[in-house]
Amino acid sequence: MTRIVGILVIVLTVSSLAAAPGVTVAPSVLKAEQDRIEVVQKASATVVAVFGAKGASGGGSGVVISPDGFALTNFHVSNPSGHHMKCGMADGVLYDTVIVGIDPTGDVALIKLFPPKDKPEYRFPYAELADSDKVRAGDWSFAIGNPFLLATDFRPTVSYGLISGVHRYQYPAGTLLEYADCIQTDAAINPGNSGGPLFDSQGRVIGIVGRGSFEKRGRVNVGVGYAISINQVKNFLGYLHSGRIVDHATLGATVSTDADGRVVVTDILEGCDAYRRGLRYDDEIVKFAGRDIRTVNAFKNALGIYPKDWRVPLTYRREGQTFDILVRLRGVHRTGELAAQALGKPKSSPKKKPGDKPKRPAPRPRLLKRSSKKSTPKVIVEHYQKRIGYANYFYNLQHRTRIWKAYTKQRDFTQFAGPWVLGGELQDGQQFRFRLSDEQAVAILPGGQSTVDVRSTLGSNLKPKGSGGLLAALHCWRRLLLVGPDRFGKVFYVGTMPDRGDGPMLDVLAAVNEGVECRLMFSVKTGQLKALEMTADEDADPCEIYFHNERLVDGRQLPHRLEVRHGDRIFGVFDLTQFELEKKVSP
Amino acid sequence: MIEWTKMRTTTWTLLLVGALSAASTVEQVRAAGSMADVVQQVQPRMVKIYGAGGVRGLESYQSGLLLSAEGHILTVWSYVLDTDEIRVTLDDGRRFTAELVGADPVRELAVLKIDAEELPHFSLKSGATASAGTRVLAFSNLFGVATGNEQASVMRGVVAATTRLDARRGVYKTPYTGPAYVLDAVTNNPGAAGGALTDRRGRLLGLLGKELRSSQNDTWLNYALPIEHVREPVEAILTGKQRPDAKRSARRRPKAPHSLSGIGIVLVPDVLQRTPPYVDEVRADSPAAKAGLRRDDLILYVGDTLLRTCKTVQEEFGFLDRADEVRVTVMRDQQLIQINLPASKGK
Repeated sequence: MTRIVGILVIVLTVSSLAAAPGVTVAPSVLKAEQDRIEVVQKASATVVAVFGAKGASGGGSGVVISPDGFALTNFHVSNPSGHHMKCGMADGVLYDTVIVGIDPTGDVALIKLFPPKDKPEYRFPYAELADSDKVRAGDWSFAIGNPFLLATDFRPTVSYGLISGVHRYQYPAGTLLEYADCIQTDAAINPGNSGGPLFDSQGRVIGIVGRGSFEKRGRVNVGVGYAISINQVKNFLGYLHSGRIVDHATLGATVSTDADGRVVVTDILEGCDAYRRGLRYDDEIVKFAGRDIRTVNAFKNALGIYPKDWRVPLTYRREGQTFDILVRLRGVHRTGELAAQALGKPKSSPKKKPGDKPKRPAPRPRLLKRSSKKSTPKVIVEHYQKRIGYANYFYNLQHRTRIWKAYTKQRDFTQFAGPWVLGGELQDGQQFRFRLSDEQAVAILPGGQSTVDVRSTLGSNLKPKGSGGLLAALHCWRRLLLVGPDRFGKVFYVGTMPDRGDGPMLDVLAAVNEGVECRLMFSVKTGQLKALEMTADEDADPCEIYFHNERLVDGRQLPHRLEVRHGDRIFGVFDLTQFELEKKVSP
Repeated sequence: MIEWTKMRTTTWTLLLVGALSAASTVEQVRAAGSMADVVQQVQPRMVKIYGAGGVRGLESYQSGLLLSAEGHILTVWSYVLDTDEIRVTLDDGRRFTAELVGADPVRELAVLKIDAEELPHFSLKSGATASAGTRVLAFSNLFGVATGNEQASVMRGVVAATTRLDARRGVYKTPYTGPAYVLDAVTNNPGAAGGALTDRRGRLLGLLGKELRSSQNDTWLNYALPIEHVREPVEAILTGKQRPDAKRSARRRPKAPHSLSGIGIVLVPDVLQRTPPYVDEVRADSPAAKAGLRRDDLILYVGDTLLRTCKTVQEEFGFLDRADEVRVTVMRDQQLIQINLPASKGK
């Protein structure tokens, strides 16, 4: 409070000083001051005050990050508000807002504001996202939000401060609300600031403010606030757009610091990808995702910013020798567990808990109950679909449709319901043939012939040997092309992830059917299918097919090279020259 | 009260000027070297200290700063140091076990030593002085957020006043009654004690004090000990005037030594590995009673020797000749009191 008043005093007095006769202020000083005011004004226009729409009991802050109204806030702000929220902006307008995606472990939620009915083309002022890895202790920063829900006209409060520390690790409560790799600031962070942006001195978002250390000082600012790094949020943004309840990642191994100060593996699950790539008990973790690892916190920081299923490079050392591997990260939670934990908890008010633990998220200030018994606005009804495992299924369906439409634009194979024969040469010049039909999938390879009955459970018949289930994977690919995502089984949009650790971003669809799960990876840029991974068992390596050299065949794009990988090995590189796709056989 | 208000106004005005120049300084400095660079110069001089505590409300960590290339560390004298194994982590993540060189319980200062060389460090001789309005940075491991090679937290603030802590006697319970910088930022969080207060060029101004809470209104005081008042006691510690019990060399026992019972002191039962030497009882009409020692006094010094356990107090009396007067320094209600126990007559 004092600090807020302080800033106001400064600003007011500056203008009076400049005008006062006999006082000269260097023009550079006045310009710097003016620049700062402009940065703050521009940034303030992008900040939102978040309220639950129905008889709200609290609120928080947020920031708009795209002109069509997508905004970030904390999960612990959005969660008690329900799927329909109201967001006030500095222009004094209250916008209808819907939940899009949530990350309960990282305490982030993506929400979407809708333009007013009379201005459907309205573009929201939005904030630019910075590279938060460049932030250093000693940099200036400012937090903008709605502390104590002060702003009845939604014009937010600005608090200025220093970056106190970077790459901080703050433990989760259970498995939720973990602040890994977060940014610490002494800008005043109070109840109500939660979900709001932390800006750098140029008005770019470096983090989402969400908690502070309070301990015995009562639940107000003591100069120790933490913001989720915006680089972490960027990693999750594609996932959050999927409308899912998204999960964080685990390596499948625990680490600790040994007597020599090395970070070593103290336990590892035999089913995890890291184990299959060669990581063992007592190996030293040297690097993870490009970061040097010297402390357990450094490892937790590096890991905590990644979503489930991303592949990340890891360097480990054993007996003086170093090994570089690419590791698929598994989820912190089991399927369904996260949704139950995140949404199943009763709404709790911080007041009710005696013996408050330190470092919990800033509590939500209470707002007087309003009697808003009005029915849900049309725009919210139109943009919200309830489904278990999703924050808002509407957006998942939107993306699934978008991706599939873009992909099948030049790849409409729906009429080719007959058998498909794909043939060509392997790298060594030997011939191969695949024959795919609704009944069976056959591979004729130099090593012999394999056949899979595709009418039974696919996961139990992973042929040819050593491929991880190439025939089942090809069958799924064909079937998806024939019947589309609606009829295939359970098909959903996962989000975006980089190609093999650091490549260009891919849109990922998951297709579950007959005991196997396929991941289809499409180029975000071109919409092309780049790869298909088929997993029959989470504890075993998938079969990976990389599609190359797409060219038109009879007006349809078809890949002319299939690179098939399983585990650390390349199973084969198949150059396709023969495409015989038959139309539906008449009965 | 009027004085206080006046001072507040002055502080705001100064703050205002400070804020103005801050803007320009930040811009100008950006090319040559920013505040972030100043912070990076200071960080290698900061250490994290781990010791006793860990029970509810008592953190087992505090902050410290390097005073010499050979590993002398300045910190505050607290229960955290009340252990045989004080552990220190440097800014680069190296870990050491530190030895307590000495302490000054009056000013609540302690000097530790780790076995290292060529460390970046502050110098007490070149420290700067601040006054109300000076813009400052505070470095500490508040809340223990940093571990290993993670850096101390840095906060910014302004010296709101320079005053004497004894002006608030009875409100803030502290044995230190000397001059202090009162700060406008929340610098004195748990674990921050022993941290560095610098100016915005990174020059050492003071040592962040222990947490102090007002008994009147439950507010917390944010303050630092000015470095010019730290210099002398640190010199005294370094020259061995304030020896801790651990450093006592072999001495000759007198033929007729003092004993606690002879002088009328009963200490609390020695049940812990390191039981603090609280007086449990003073026998009526004993020399100790006549000299003014009381129940619940905590014995800190016997002569110039700093003692921390019942056992060492007991031992120390065995080295003192009954023919000599014994000066003890005790802590009573956060005040340090010197008591002269008379020489024992008779045999």
